[in-house]
Amino acid sequence: MSNQQKHWEKTRGLLFITLAIWFVFSIGIFLFGAEMNEVTGPFGYPWTYWFTCQGSLGAFVILIFWFANRQEKIDEEFGFSEREDE
Amino acid sequence: MKGNFIDNLPKVYGIYTGGFIGFIIIMAIAEQMGMTAKAIGIAFVAFTVFIYALIGWLSRTAQADAYYVAGRQVPTVFNGMATAADWMSGASFVAMAGGIYFKGYGYMALLVGWTGGYVLVASLLAPYLRKFGCYTVPDFIGTRYGGNLARFSAVVVLTVASFTYVTAQINATGTIASVALDIPFQYAVYVGLVSILLCSMLGGMRGVTWTQVAQYIVLIIAYLLPVFWISNKMGAGFFPHFMLADEVARIGELEQQFGFVKNAAADLKTVPKGLAGITKAHSAVNATPWAFISLALAMMMGTASLPHVMMRYFTTPSVKAARKSVGWSLFFIFLLYSSAPMLATLSKLSLIDPNLPTGIIGKTFAEVEAIDWYQNWNQANLMFISDFNGNGTLELNEFFMGGKAVVLATPEIAGLPYVISGLVAAGGMAAAMSTADGLILAIANAISHDVYYKIIDPKAETAKRLLVARVLLVVIGFAGATIAAMEIQGILGSVIWAFDFAMSGLFFPLVLGVWWKRANRQGAIAGMLGGLAAGAWYLVWVRTGGSGFLGITQLTFGIFGSAVSLVLMVVVSLMTAEPDKATQKMVDDVRVPSGKSILGRSH
Repeated sequence: MSNQQKHWEKTRGLLFITLAIWFVFSIGIFLFGAEMNEVTGPFGYPWTYWFTCQGSLGAFVILIFWFANRQEKIDEEFGFSEREDE
Repeated sequence: MKGNFIDNLPKVYGIYTGGFIGFIIIMAIAEQMGMTAKAIGIAFVAFTVFIYALIGWLSRTAQADAYYVAGRQVPTVFNGMATAADWMSGASFVAMAGGIYFKGYGYMALLVGWTGGYVLVASLLAPYLRKFGCYTVPDFIGTRYGGNLARFSAVVVLTVASFTYVTAQINATGTIASVALDIPFQYAVYVGLVSILLCSMLGGMRGVTWTQVAQYIVLIIAYLLPVFWISNKMGAGFFPHFMLADEVARIGELEQQFGFVKNAAADLKTVPKGLAGITKAHSAVNATPWAFISLALAMMMGTASLPHVMMRYFTTPSVKAARKSVGWSLFFIFLLYSSAPMLATLSKLSLIDPNLPTGIIGKTFAEVEAIDWYQNWNQANLMFISDFNGNGTLELNEFFMGGKAVVLATPEIAGLPYVISGLVAAGGMAAAMSTADGLILAIANAISHDVYYKIIDPKAETAKRLLVARVLLVVIGFAGATIAAMEIQGILGSVIWAFDFAMSGLFFPLVLGVWWKRANRQGAIAGMLGGLAAGAWYLVWVRTGGSGFLGITQLTFGIFGSAVSLVLMVVVSLMTAEPDKATQKMVDDVRVPSGKSILGRSH
């Protein structure tokens, strides 16, 4: 397998992990919205309500920065990162 | 100042922010000295629009890559701010808190959808399209799949989606200009339009970028300052986001106590159009999982397909910066979106809690009608009370309000000085203008670059290309304003439709263009046109009395459109020949960040 193929394989792996986490916070937890809302969560808000106001939104912000860092590491590992003067 | 403009950005915008805060303080002093509310409103809107126009003029350019992609040198964080302003429309600013106030959980699917979509943007598309080096989204489609028909199909989808969106934004600038400047709506729409064109005409993407950063700063101050102030004034907590749990619980208690009494249809007919009462629980889960998830999913896939957002990531200096920039965009959006539910909570509690001095439920009609702010907002057609049961006291089901009033009226109800209302008007104007600018530019650029330059006259000189681009900008702006003046669809409805149109036609052709090498021209064309047609058909069918299926409504028709698009694209691609070697090599090159971009720096 060429260097580029390996790079793409790892990139695709990262995509699947990212999308799996995305799925949990955007879709997964809302399958159980009614049950989860019975329980008190962060700062005293009901759990589901908190996720729709802050929780999921914040998780997406963190997820994107985490993804960007991981992808940069993958690019560096295979020597595909950009030079600053390009 | 030493050094070039880009190096000095933090300083420039730091001074700008300080200047704006200084202006707010001067206005506050002027109010104490007797400046009228109307004059303050005019001063706020006129001053900020003048600054944007000045930035637009300073950013004028005669170069193609500056006009189309701001010279690809916008730093990560600033591009994040510009994208946030581009993204947060008049609807986000003025109508979102109102939607949450009236519809609760079911509506908050939009909060999740309009943020979660950025994960798809960052991981599936933005870095790859940046590496591609295109000027517009159809530029990517046209080069990746090849052929004028593919390029033209992408322009069609882009125009349908963005135009649906832009009329709503021009409408919003018109509404705010008509209130703040006190002129009739039909004229105010054109005042709004001229302000929008001042920012984008001379500098194209460069002008829009630097005005959008300025607009973000105004809109975020205008949104957050009142939320924090009201929360403190009500004694609800100095940091509302972490401290409103008691208030949320109290609203639940009051809802139980009052109950949601259903009004008779004949009574409801007497309520002015556009006003609504509180009929849904504030924090309880009031929608089925599928209703919530399907709306969120449609908005997420729509986010990743809307060209005016995607093209912001063409302006970053590198692929790496494009990825990070998506994170910053979402961070800046998060600041406003996470505050909207807090504002809705504060607004609702201040109105319905009989223990608070501002609470009106349980008061007699004579008492409520004597309140100054009630009279003002009743006159503005945003508040209405009616004694349906004839007992003389106001019940929860007898109080009606317009969605916009949550953002516009809450500062006044809480007793904040008028200067805050002027600030909010300037913020709403900034939000609507920045989005309209991005959208009009996306349409005009697609037509001037992809249809005129790439299809009709490939030999045109830069000067002529940019002239065509500017003429189109004006034409599209006026077309949008003319339709906005007719007031066909409410602001929020048409915004959601735009997402559905975009995802129907563009989501899979864009994503598969990067992630599936086997996708070819025939498949992409079938996917774009078939998806758009299927989505449009479903919308018309449901609007004309069709029952729909699988719980897909007129707000989520993109789920059907994009499913058709995916199936068509895969089936047609597999039935026809695979893309040639050069195209496959192109896809390989897009997948690595290093090396030259596919399209030249100026093309």
